[in-house]
Amino acid sequence: MTISDTRPDAGDRAAARRPSRLFRNLPSKIAMLPLIFTAVVVFLGGTIWTVVYSFTKSGLLPRLSWAGLDQYERLWSSRKWIVSIENLAIYGFFSLIGTLVIGFTLAALLDRKIRGEAVFRSIFLYPFALSFIVTGLVWQWILNPELGLQNVVREMGWTGFSFDPLNNPDIVMFGLLIAGLWQGTGLIMCIMLAGLRGIDEDIWKAARVDGIGTVKTYIRVIIPMMRPVFVTSLVLIGAGIVKLYDLVVAQTSGGPGISSEVPAKYVMTAMFGGQNLGQGFAASTMMLVMVVIILIPWAYLEFGGKKHG
Amino acid sequence: MADVGILATTKAAEQPVAALLDGPRGPKPVRRFSRSNIIIYGTLFVVALYYALPLYVMIVTSLKGMPEIRVGNIFAPPLEVTFQPWVKAWQEACTGINCDGLSRGFWNSFQILIPSVILSVAIASVNGYALSMWKFRGSEVFFTLLMIGAFIPYQVMLYPIVIMLREAGLYGSLTGLVLVHVAFGMPINTLLFRNYFASIPEELFKAARVDGAGFWAIFFRIMLPMSLPIFVVALIIQVTGIWNDFLFGVTFTSSPERYPMTVQLNNIVNSVQGVKEYNVNMAATLLTGLVPLVIYFASGKLFVRGIAAGAVKG
Amino acid sequence: MTLLNPSVSIKNLDLSFGAVKVLQNLNLDIGDGEFLVLLGSSGCGKSTLLNVIAGLLEPTDGQVWIKGRNVTWAEPSERGIGMVFQSYALYPQMTVEGNLTFGLRNAKVPKAEIAKRVARAAEILQIEPLLKRKPGALSGGQRQRVAIGRALVRDVEVFLFDEPLSNLDAKLRADLRVELKRLHNNLKNTMIYVTHDQVEAMTLADRIAIMKGGKIMQLGTPAEIYGKPQNLYVADFIGSPSMTFFDGTVEGDVIRIPDHDLPLGTYEFSQRPATGRPAIIGIRPEHVMTGDNLRSAPYTAEVTADLVEPMGSDTLVHCAFGGQTMRVRMDGQAQVKPGDRLMIGIDPGAASLFDKETEARL
Repeated sequence: MTISDTRPDAGDRAAARRPSRLFRNLPSKIAMLPLIFTAVVVFLGGTIWTVVYSFTKSGLLPRLSWAGLDQYERLWSSRKWIVSIENLAIYGFFSLIGTLVIGFTLAALLDRKIRGEAVFRSIFLYPFALSFIVTGLVWQWILNPELGLQNVVREMGWTGFSFDPLNNPDIVMFGLLIAGLWQGTGLIMCIMLAGLRGIDEDIWKAARVDGIGTVKTYIRVIIPMMRPVFVTSLVLIGAGIVKLYDLVVAQTSGGPGISSEVPAKYVMTAMFGGQNLGQGFAASTMMLVMVVIILIPWAYLEFGGKKHG
Repeated sequence: MADVGILATTKAAEQPVAALLDGPRGPKPVRRFSRSNIIIYGTLFVVALYYALPLYVMIVTSLKGMPEIRVGNIFAPPLEVTFQPWVKAWQEACTGINCDGLSRGFWNSFQILIPSVILSVAIASVNGYALSMWKFRGSEVFFTLLMIGAFIPYQVMLYPIVIMLREAGLYGSLTGLVLVHVAFGMPINTLLFRNYFASIPEELFKAARVDGAGFWAIFFRIMLPMSLPIFVVALIIQVTGIWNDFLFGVTFTSSPERYPMTVQLNNIVNSVQGVKEYNVNMAATLLTGLVPLVIYFASGKLFVRGIAAGAVKG
Repeated sequence: MTLLNPSVSIKNLDLSFGAVKVLQNLNLDIGDGEFLVLLGSSGCGKSTLLNVIAGLLEPTDGQVWIKGRNVTWAEPSERGIGMVFQSYALYPQMTVEGNLTFGLRNAKVPKAEIAKRVARAAEILQIEPLLKRKPGALSGGQRQRVAIGRALVRDVEVFLFDEPLSNLDAKLRADLRVELKRLHNNLKNTMIYVTHDQVEAMTLADRIAIMKGGKIMQLGTPAEIYGKPQNLYVADFIGSPSMTFFDGTVEGDVIRIPDHDLPLGTYEFSQRPATGRPAIIGIRPEHVMTGDNLRSAPYTAEVTADLVEPMGSDTLVHCAFGGQTMRVRMDGQAQVKPGDRLMIGIDPGAASLFDKETEARL
């Protein structure tokens, strides 16, 4: 075989000049400029900016005079913030459990080759198409103590019936939960249903041959197989919970009193209502920390294992 | 089980054979009202009631007069159907000092929606195409960064964006709000398009390159014509997402005259002044929900496919 | 081997993805009008090499020359190549005609010229009735014809085929294989053909390059590859069912394997090993003699049939010999049952001998 030691650039009749590295694939790079700008400047830059300014004395306007952890100390000594965090924890816990259980149950029921699957699915999913504002306002009306659900039940004879979550500080978060679950479970059901449909038909055949009951097959065989779908659902629900804002604004406006305040609303009030920017930055940084706490185990589960595998 | 009626119609010659088949034979009889079926359909029906109820309540309340609402049952159908609440919600409902109804918010939303949707779908489709077929050093890093950004609470980035827009002279303007929608719609739609284009056989792309087509020629002449379904999915996601937005609308519009429909709706219903007109409120709520609802019921399976495609990987 | 006037030349080609070396210092000259097949199992780098020749992948180092021109940095469309893909890669929304002409339209070829070339390609491939249809309405065989037509209209010297028949069913594959051979006989273009199917390789190729781990293990005519495999890998890879290999030692004019001393009088050594050197002898099932041929065999033995696989045209018999399960190919008419005793004959002249350590042919 011929061994020639001519380098590519020594080829005297090279058909094309090699462009410099920066200009190679240039149309692709130009086309991606909006993405690069959004990812780097808006998302990354914006986040860093807010985190940095959360350590300043910014009030009416952002200014770089350092305050150390003062904003965070003020934040965590604020009654409203503590209530917000508690509310989010309550809402988050029940929303997570409720959405997963209801979503999976509905998906499993729909997966039983039933008639009218499309109709049921449409009914379960349509709330997801609506704005949280619409959802909040409808449920505010249904839960209206004088004219809504409570009144209907009382008129039916149970005069002692009492269900007025939106005016009862102790259970107001459950009033929000009813609306939140109503809107959000359809999505999870859809994802779960897609997951169930992705499971090999032969698994069901094998379970039938082995004489394992339907419910037992779901619990012992199917759910463990759907781990990735559950992880995805968990992340989606988690990210949604932290962002909880519109629903509260529409359904309760944070009331009664401050009993249904949530962190996102605290941030908005501090930044755009109270001209208390430093508090807003510190509170939103805490929200970021919450998301990171949710995401790190997920990222570890999703990507950490594969690298060593 | 050997059925007498079937046996009688079979030919005489086959009868001896059929007669030999004792015991269960042919398909097992199906019990239509088995216990498990009753549980399944019963549960689905009750749950469906919970999901359907609010839509029903919205509709019946919006068709009743206020006197009927005050004395009647929230779930009862209207005794006397009136469209007055709808007219009032559209034309006369008040937010603060403006009393020209939700129509103002509707047109504001419409003006925000059209450019936002077109721009974001256009950018996201090109992003997805470049990311799946024209990778360059660092392109995956930028994409990962964008996807991480999708999980950051919006509140963290709101104020810096206010400053950026103010510096660019766009704060409070329609353009500014459109750009915000484009930026925040980018992760999900880029992911959607990237996954779609990645599923197209690489050989098709190679064939086009051998045929001398470049970045834009391959995009417009090969890829676009074969990706109509994914464009519809992206359109559905963006239209419902932007129409339903409240947070950006309230943050990035400068005056109540420019509020999008959701913000105006909230202000109408949750205003503390005056007598609560529940029928008008529900008509207004329904009007605001109408656009996404129509899209949802018209698009059917594509909507499901859209959220499944976007969500499963997101 | 150096060709005076190669059509395609690969010079010192390297390609790595990160730390993984996919192609290693590859040199290959392909003659004008030659049909060269790149053969290997998946992951051997054969498709990668084809993609580098096409300009769809950039080499880490080295050069690609086509028709005396260094095209290492040229765009695929500027290299004077046409390419046919495994999945056909037809543009789904264009008609057959649109598919054939897309490249020419991109290159701004005059309309009359385009029409002339399409007519010629359609005639050669007999796809005239399909021109107005879309790929979705075509069968697999028709699609592949269109894909070949797309390469044909480009009027190029070099055709690249990336496993073009792998997606077709067995019968269609055999038919199109014959057509491809006829096409090459008529057109006399240079063709580089990637496949993992050794029957395709043997029937189509002027020369075969067998690749493994980014290197060429042997380059030669089908007869050379089959008859004189240069190393153990090629010997094992080519032939179905493959050779039976016996470990042994060369002792003068015999190779000593368990229970048998096979005479090497008829074997053509390329390098004679020292006595006592460990070696491996490989014997093809079809080279084991039975029945009437036994008389000419330099060595005979009696074995017991262990397992019999009738395959219609011939019958494969497994039997214990020299510490291995040896495969013997017999006539399809042969009546053999498991447990039968039969005489076999071995001619080491048709066998292949390899050094145990270097695995190279002796």
